[in-house]
Amino acid sequence: MSGFDVNQVRKDFPILHQEVRGRPLVYLDSAATAQKPQAVIDALVRFYQHDNANVHRGVHVLSERATEAYEGARETVRRFINARDAKEVVFVRGTTEAINLVAQTYGRKHIGAGDEVLITQMEHHANIVPWRMLCEQTGAVLKVIPVDDRGELVLDAVDALLTERTRILAVTHVSNALGTVVPVKELTRRAHAKGVPVLVDGAQAVTHFPVDVQDLGCDFYAFSGHKMFGPTGIGVLYGRKERLEAMPPYQGGGDMILSVTMEKVTYNRVPYRFEAGTPNLEGAVGLAAAIRYLEALGMENVAAHDRELLAYATKALASVPGLRMVGTAREKSAVLSFMLADVHPHDVGTILDREGICIRTGHHCAQPVMQHFKVPATSRASLALYNTREDVDALVRALHKVLEVFQ
Amino acid sequence: MSASDDLKDLYQEVVLEHSKRPRNYRVVEGATAEAAGHNPLCGDQLVVTLKVEGGVIKDVAFQGQGCAISKASASLMTGAVKDRTRAEAEDLFERVHKLVTEGPESVDVDALGKLAVLSGVSEFPARVKCASLAWHTLRAALEGHGEAVSTE
Ligand SMILES: Cc1ncc(COP(=O)(O)O)c(C=O)c1O
Repeated sequence: MSGFDVNQVRKDFPILHQEVRGRPLVYLDSAATAQKPQAVIDALVRFYQHDNANVHRGVHVLSERATEAYEGARETVRRFINARDAKEVVFVRGTTEAINLVAQTYGRKHIGAGDEVLITQMEHHANIVPWRMLCEQTGAVLKVIPVDDRGELVLDAVDALLTERTRILAVTHVSNALGTVVPVKELTRRAHAKGVPVLVDGAQAVTHFPVDVQDLGCDFYAFSGHKMFGPTGIGVLYGRKERLEAMPPYQGGGDMILSVTMEKVTYNRVPYRFEAGTPNLEGAVGLAAAIRYLEALGMENVAAHDRELLAYATKALASVPGLRMVGTAREKSAVLSFMLADVHPHDVGTILDREGICIRTGHHCAQPVMQHFKVPATSRASLALYNTREDVDALVRALHKVLEVFQ
Repeated sequence: MSASDDLKDLYQEVVLEHSKRPRNYRVVEGATAEAAGHNPLCGDQLVVTLKVEGGVIKDVAFQGQGCAISKASASLMTGAVKDRTRAEAEDLFERVHKLVTEGPESVDVDALGKLAVLSGVSEFPARVKCASLAWHTLRAALEGHGEAVSTE
């Protein structure tokens, strides 16, 4: 792995170098939100110290610089996901807003009573609730691709679920609760064969491996800055230009219009049509810095590191007596969701916390898939590019401690 | 290490014992009131059933799923409020709530009897909800339906 040294990488993340509860911090909750490298923190400070102004509207030098930074960030995102055109990149608050945007614009226009929206059993609530709401508004029907006991999609069920009434397939790229990597390229091919557009929730994918939206072929791709080492409050909706252009606006306000009279409003071009109001400038600047950071490391190197560490962690956790992994897909990303004997995940989380280890416990905003596995909650350790084998070893030691407390 | 002392205070023998073998884990026969409690953050769910006669809690039980703290707290609660009046149960809740939020110095711990084992929770702010779920549910049952059975 040339050019990737995890110990070097760790130095870029100031937050990691602290003690909590008298122990060195072990952060295994990056699937909830990732930590930020100094380069991102610096970019935010620099923006406010030198370039801050509103965008797209001033004639002065600062507004020019801010506009350049903002539109430059759009181009950086385009490059990162290999979109054809920066106009296909819409800045939003995060994955959640990106999906709501598609449901309320594309959805309200093209999906009606009796039509079907196809999702999967393993979606995050962010890719369930906006569609549920749309169904309630329009009388459309929500259909669900089931998962099997490994946590893989039952692909054999897909073709039958793609019917004449299916108007969109909305599917996660990586499950945040199970770590399953979904074959979205194959699903897109099958959906397109039936004329069905595809939205991919990439919140857990873009941080772990290279994503090429042209190669995937999907119509929409959504992700959040904060999970990929950028700031909170910024995210991306990628949409194929012809799709975006055919969509009505989302929110109304400044920036999304060309002209306004009291009688008539002419909407702006894409992507501005979907960016009403002053956008999250610092967020876009910080996201671009995060992307440059990832590009410098090389997403292939990041992917190799994450893969290797996941294999190590999977093996290490298997050695803990009574530990049962929830989600054992053949192709997995850096998420380890598990039950420990009959100890409730909440109790696991509390004891780990006292050891300085941060994990997530709960239903991970994915209750339907929890129901499939008949558990109300799991413990979830998630790995990122700054995690080490030592972090995993500390987790294993702490899990033994949990077992001691509960005998 | 203070970290492990805190843990020992939280997961005291009695707490673990009650969480593994909760008392009154059933549905009260001929219940006059019931309520469901839910902690959406962690998915804990329980149902408290009661029999109130002449203003006195004659029988109380719970069922549900949750972490060790919420189960132990529910189990201990059922023992503590039996044969008490509503006002007494309410007063007890207030003191337990003080205990788990502000710590053992804030209340007369001895007067709380077995419930005193919940004192360790005060060092774990994230777990206060777990310890109080059963009590909130009890209050809802007492207030909501009075002596009328809600499930006909
Ligand atoms: C798979 C997946 N989709 C969507 C989301 C929602 O992302 P955000 O809260 O950043 O909008 C998350 C984050 O928890 C996620 O893991």
